[in-house]
Amino acid sequence: MENTELLQALKSKFEQNILSVDENADVLTIVIASESIKEITAYLKDEQNYIFLTDICGVHFPEQEKELGVVYHLHNLVENKRIRLKAFVTKANPKIDSVVSLFSAANWMERETFDFYGIDFVGHPNLIRILNVEYMDYFPMRKEYPLEDATRTDKDDSFFGR
Amino acid sequence: MSNSTVQVAEAPPGVEGAGFFATSLDSLVGLARANSLWPLPFATSCCGIEFMATMGAHYDLGRFGAERLSFSPRQADLLMVMGTIAKKMAPVVQQVYEQMAEPRWVIAVGACASSGGVFDTYSVLQGIDKVVPVDVYVPGCPPRPEQIIDGFMKIQELVGNEPLRRRYSQEYKDMLESYGIKIDK
Repeated sequence: MENTELLQALKSKFEQNILSVDENADVLTIVIASESIKEITAYLKDEQNYIFLTDICGVHFPEQEKELGVVYHLHNLVENKRIRLKAFVTKANPKIDSVVSLFSAANWMERETFDFYGIDFVGHPNLIRILNVEYMDYFPMRKEYPLEDATRTDKDDSFFGR
Repeated sequence: MSNSTVQVAEAPPGVEGAGFFATSLDSLVGLARANSLWPLPFATSCCGIEFMATMGAHYDLGRFGAERLSFSPRQADLLMVMGTIAKKMAPVVQQVYEQMAEPRWVIAVGACASSGGVFDTYSVLQGIDKVVPVDVYVPGCPPRPEQIIDGFMKIQELVGNEPLRRRYSQEYKDMLESYGIKIDK
């Protein structure tokens, strides 16, 4: 199925949940309303053969009203086609439905996204940090936090233009 | 072997006479310890590769009495931390240190083990001296085997001149306490 046909099918089913559409290197990229993530991934998996969840990742755009994004990469293994779904949430209420019930692989991916961006995947069976130390008290990939480690002692800021 | 070029460690200062040699116990024990250190290599990255060269035939750390690497902390005297230590690894380093028997020494090889190196970031421990006391730091990224050997000889110097009472002193216990390291009573 061509991207245009798939887009038609998606639009006819989820018209109000599709916010914008883009196509890059033959990969359809759709920004969707965050509430609809489970519906749309379920539809893509069950009816469009997008049975493989390649990746989930987070992204932070401080200048946007909905700052935090979650990006889903799905792969149709039958036709070898890919699709990218983006859903944005606010920093004040970073909640989005977990897709673990659809894709078991989402378990660790969502934990990682939670670990680095603090996105709360509602319905995740075990949403705890996966890569960072347990006692970390912030989400390091959010842009309001400095890249440098606060415990560094041998760097004199005056030598680094800070 | 009259034409041997093997250098024998020099005897400590003492009183010598016919059939006897008198010196302090400290310097005798120091001499023995300094020339039979068993290192525990804790190698996590490229500094570990340099250490492998250091142990190899060309540089041959065995010349310094460190022929026998101890891969169990229980039998090791010298913890050699070589490479980046992630914050998640920090408790492991500390546990390895705790499992070593006294007297024990630590050498931080390379920029990462000494200060975090280029990895000034949220996930990397900014120097192993945040979790264990370090005796000698070897700079370099990574340091050449010569530098590692130089650091090792500095350790030998410390070991050879250490008073036997040091490890029982209150200062030493307080120092370990400040790192949160358990002390055997």
